[in-house]
Amino acid sequence: MSTVKQDTRHRDILGTSALRPDGVAKVTGAFSFSSDMWAENMLWGATLRSPHPYARIISIDTTAALLISGVSAVITAQDVPGKATYGLISADQPVFASDFVRYMGEPIAAVAADHPETCRRALAAIIVNYEVLTPVVDPELAMLATTEQIHPDGNLIRHQHILHGEAHITSDITVEGNYTIGMQDQAFLGLEAAMAFPDSGGNGVELHIATQWLHEDRGQIAACLNLPEDSVRVVLGGVGGAFGAREDISLQVHCCLLALRTGRPIKMQYSREESFFGHVHRHPAKIWMKHHATKEGKIVKVESRMVFDGGAYTSTSPAVLINGITHTQGPYQCDNAVVDGYAVRTNNPPCGAMRGFGVVQACFAHESQMDKLAHACGLSPVEVRLINAMHTGDKLITGQVMESVAPVERCIRETDLIPLPAPLALDANVLEFPGGSGRTADRHNIVRGIGWGVSMKNLMYSEGFDDYATARCTLSNGIASLKFATSEVGQGFVTLAPQIARSVLGVDDVVLETSDTQIGSAGSTSASRQTWMSGGAVDGACRLVRERLFEHVGRLHNIDPIRLMIEHTDVIDTIGTFRISVTQATQGITLSETFEHHHRKTEDLDENGQGNCHVAFAFVAHRAVVDVDIELGLVKVVQVATAQDVGRVLNPLSALGQLEGGIAQGLGLAVMEEIILDNGRVKNPSFTDYLLPTALDAPHVVAIMIEEPEPQAPLGAKGIGEPPCISVTPAIVAAIRAATGKALSRVPVRPQDICL
Amino acid sequence: MTVAVPLSLAEAFDELSRTPDARLIQGGTDLMVEINFNHVKPANVIALRRIKELRTWHVNSNNTITIGSGVPYQEMETGQLKELLPALAEAARTVGSPQIRAAGTLGGNLGTCSPAGDGLPVLFALDAIVHLQSLESSRDLSIHDFMLGVKRNARTANEIITGVTVPVLDGWQGYAKVGVRNAMVISVASACLAVDKKSNSVRIALGAVGPTIIRCRDAESWLVQQFDLSIATSIDPAIALEFGRRVALESKPIDDHRSTADYRRHAVGVLAKRLITRAYPS
Repeated sequence: MSTVKQDTRHRDILGTSALRPDGVAKVTGAFSFSSDMWAENMLWGATLRSPHPYARIISIDTTAALLISGVSAVITAQDVPGKATYGLISADQPVFASDFVRYMGEPIAAVAADHPETCRRALAAIIVNYEVLTPVVDPELAMLATTEQIHPDGNLIRHQHILHGEAHITSDITVEGNYTIGMQDQAFLGLEAAMAFPDSGGNGVELHIATQWLHEDRGQIAACLNLPEDSVRVVLGGVGGAFGAREDISLQVHCCLLALRTGRPIKMQYSREESFFGHVHRHPAKIWMKHHATKEGKIVKVESRMVFDGGAYTSTSPAVLINGITHTQGPYQCDNAVVDGYAVRTNNPPCGAMRGFGVVQACFAHESQMDKLAHACGLSPVEVRLINAMHTGDKLITGQVMESVAPVERCIRETDLIPLPAPLALDANVLEFPGGSGRTADRHNIVRGIGWGVSMKNLMYSEGFDDYATARCTLSNGIASLKFATSEVGQGFVTLAPQIARSVLGVDDVVLETSDTQIGSAGSTSASRQTWMSGGAVDGACRLVRERLFEHVGRLHNIDPIRLMIEHTDVIDTIGTFRISVTQATQGITLSETFEHHHRKTEDLDENGQGNCHVAFAFVAHRAVVDVDIELGLVKVVQVATAQDVGRVLNPLSALGQLEGGIAQGLGLAVMEEIILDNGRVKNPSFTDYLLPTALDAPHVVAIMIEEPEPQAPLGAKGIGEPPCISVTPAIVAAIRAATGKALSRVPVRPQDICL
Repeated sequence: MTVAVPLSLAEAFDELSRTPDARLIQGGTDLMVEINFNHVKPANVIALRRIKELRTWHVNSNNTITIGSGVPYQEMETGQLKELLPALAEAARTVGSPQIRAAGTLGGNLGTCSPAGDGLPVLFALDAIVHLQSLESSRDLSIHDFMLGVKRNARTANEIITGVTVPVLDGWQGYAKVGVRNAMVISVASACLAVDKKSNSVRIALGAVGPTIIRCRDAESWLVQQFDLSIATSIDPAIALEFGRRVALESKPIDDHRSTADYRRHAVGVLAKRLITRAYPS
C-alpha cells in the first residue's frame, strides 16, 4: 500500500506530469521487486528443464534427489492434483512434461529445498531418460499434414482466411515482397519471481507474483491445483517490466504446488538465463505481401500470406495471428483483400504476447511494401502514405467500420514538419558514429538515410472477449482509497489512478490498496488497455462516490445535489455561495462504490474473416534518420521523429516515457534484438549475447502528441503503450535501405545483411 | 568457498601455497560471471584487488611501460597512459560499461585469455612481455608464447600474473572493434595497428577471429615493402585496400551465434584498411 502525499500549492490532477509514487524507490534501489520477497521458514523452489527441443521421456527417477539433505520435496507431473495442463487460450501446455518434451527448457520437475544450492544439487540428481527426437522447427513443414504432429492437438494452431471485396481485381501497378521477422524477447529487467504461502491445513494458497493479470493466473492455478478459485489468492508482487512476457503461466503453479506439498512458504525466482526459457517470446514470422495499386499510387487490393511460428504450445498464438492478418492493410484505405494467416506449432520456444502483438510483424511487411509502391509510382514515402491514409468511417478489410478517431494524415504531416537533425558535424564525437565506442568508422565512411513507418494498432481484446475492469473507490475524511486488481508493470497506472481520483473528487491524498484478487478482475495489463479500461473503472467508481458525496452534502445543507460540483478541493454550489472542502464534507463518513468498466462488444470473424472483431484503434507515424557505415554494416539511429494519436494526454511525462521506451524497443528489433535458434536450441540466453539497445544506441526522440479526444474512451485517452514500438522498426529499416540501397527484407538487420 | 584478500604479493603467495587449487580474481568481471552461471565452483579464491603493487604502472628508463596486472581499464582511458599508449586507451574504452572498466584489468584479460579479450590485440601488436611470478621465482614470457589457445595460457597454477611491459613506439597506433551495438558489446572482430618508425615496421593484431589473437606477419612484411613507414605521411588507397585484403586472409574466423566467419573476415580487412589509413591519411 502506498500513500501519495501532495503539496498543497500544486495538485497532481489529470493532465499534469505527476511523478510516479514508486519512482524514487525504484531509482534508489529501495523498491521491493518480487524477487526481493522473503519469509520466515521459507524454502526455495527450482525447476528442472529439458535440455532437448524434442524428446520422449522414458523415465524420471527422483529417488536420489529426495535423499539429499535439505531437500523437502520433488514433484513431477504425477503430483499435479488438478488439471495437468494450462494455457491462456487453449490448455495444451503441461504443468510438467511427462511423456514428451516439446521445447528446450520445458519444465519436467520442481524441487523445494533449504537453499538455492541444495535445489541445484537436487535438480542435478534427478535422472531423466530421454529418447531424443528430431525437432520440427520449420513452420512451413510443420503445418503439412504429412509432417509428424508433435502434439495431440496437431501442428496447425489456427488458420484464418480474409476475403474482402473482389478477390481477382488488379490494377496498373503491383509490388510484392517476402519478409522475415526474427524472434524478439521482451527482456524485462525484473526476473520472474514469486512467493507462495500455503494456508494452514493445506486447503488454499496465497501467491505473491509479478504478473500482468492476477485473475487469469488465479483461474489457471486453481484448475491445476484442483482448488476452488476463492481458495487461491493472488497478490501483485513488485513487477520490473512485462511487455507481454508475464501474461502466461511460468512458475505460478510450480510454486503453489511446492508450498502445498511442504506446508511452508516457497520462494522461486528465475535467473536471467532461465528467464529466456521461462517465458514466451515474440512470434517469428514469414510474410508474403502483394499490393495492387493505380499508377497514382492508390491501393486497390492487398494480398498476403502470413506464417507465425507459435513454438511448442498455443499461448496466445490464435489472437496474435488475428491481430497480424487484420492489420495487413495498415493505416491505409483498402477495399479488396485476400489474406491467409497460419499460426503453427513447432519445437521452437513457445511464442505469445509481446508489445505490438502480431501487428509488429504485419507492419514491417506493409510499410516495406508502401516504400516499394512509392518507388514504383514515383512518389515520396510521405506522398504515398498521405494518398492512402485511412479516415474515420472507412471500412476495414474485416468489414468493420473505423469508428475511432483516425488522424492518420495528421500524424504523417506533423511528423514531416519536425525538423531533421543537423548533418553529422565535422567535429562530431566518434562515440556518436555507427560502431560507437568501437571507433570503427571515420566520418567519410558514414552515409545518412531517412525512412518512414506508419501504423494502426487495435486497443483492448478482440473477437468477442469481454475484458472488463473493476475498481472500488472509498472516500473518508478527505482521503480517497482505491482498490483494483490492475497490474502495475511499470506503465504508470499507480500514477494515473490517483490523478483521476484527485480530478474527480477534489481530494489530494489518495491511498492505493494492495492489488490482488480480493476484488473483481482488471483484465490484463496488455493490449494498451489499462488507461482506457482500469482508468475507466477508477473514473466510474470515483464518479459514483462523488454522486454520493453530493447527495450527502445536499441533504445536510438543503441543496439540490444537481447544483453541486467540485472546484479544486471544495464542493461548491454552482448557483449559490455555498462552499465546503471535500475533507470537511467527508469527516466521519465513508462513501464507497465499485464500478466495472466494459468496452463495447466485439464479434468473432466469420470464415471470410469478416466481423466487427476489434474495439478501437490508435495510430502513429515514425520518421527515422540513421547513419550507416555501409562497408561494415553498422548503424546508428540518429533521430526518430514521431507524432502519435493519443486521444488526450493525461500525464505528459509518463506519455513521453512510453513513446521513448517503445521506440527503443522497436529499434532493438530493427537492428539487434533476436533470439538465435539452432534446430530448436536457444544460442544466446543472456544479456551478453541477446543485445538490447544502450544509451549510445538510443536515438534522439522528437515526439508530438496528437490530441483528438476519443469519444469511446472514458477519459478521452487512447492506449499509447504499443504503437511507439510498431512502426519505428520499419522506419529504421527504410532509412537503412535509403542509405545503402539494399533490399533488406528481414529484421533484425544484421551487419552482414548490409555489407556482404 | 574461501576468499583470501591478501594485501601484498608476499601474502598472496602464502595463500597460494596453502591453497594451490585457488582461483585468482582481479576485477571479477569474468570469474564472477562463471561462478554465477555455476560453470565453476572454486573451493578457494584469492582476490588480488587490494594488492597495491599490482595496481601501479611506471615508465621504464628503456622507453617501455610496465603496467600492473591490477590496473583497471578506466585508468588507461585517460592521462599519460593514453598519451603513451593510445591504442590501449581506445581498447580500454571499448570494454563493457563504466562499471566494468572500473573493475576489469589486463591481468584478467590475460588470465582468461579469451580471443575476444579487448586488451589482448594491443598486447600482441606491441609484442608485450608478460611478467609471471611464483613464490620461488619469476619469469618473463612473450605474449606470443603466453596465449596458447581459447582460454588457455602458459601460466602455471603457482604463478601470479604481475603485469606486462610494452614499448613506447614512435608512430601512430590505434584500435577498432566491431560489435553489433554501439557500446557494451563482446567483440565480433577487432584489430590493433601500431607503427614503429624507428624500426620501419608495422604491427597488426586481430581479435575474435581465431583461437588466439592473430598477428598478421605476412601482411606486415608486405606493407613495409610498399613504402617507407618512417617517412611517409600518406598511403596510396590501393595499398591500404590490398593491406586489408591480406590481413583478412590471415584471419581464421568461425561462424557462431554472434556473427559469421565471412563477416568477421570481411570486417578485419576493413578495420586494417581503415587503421592504416588513419596512420597515413590518404
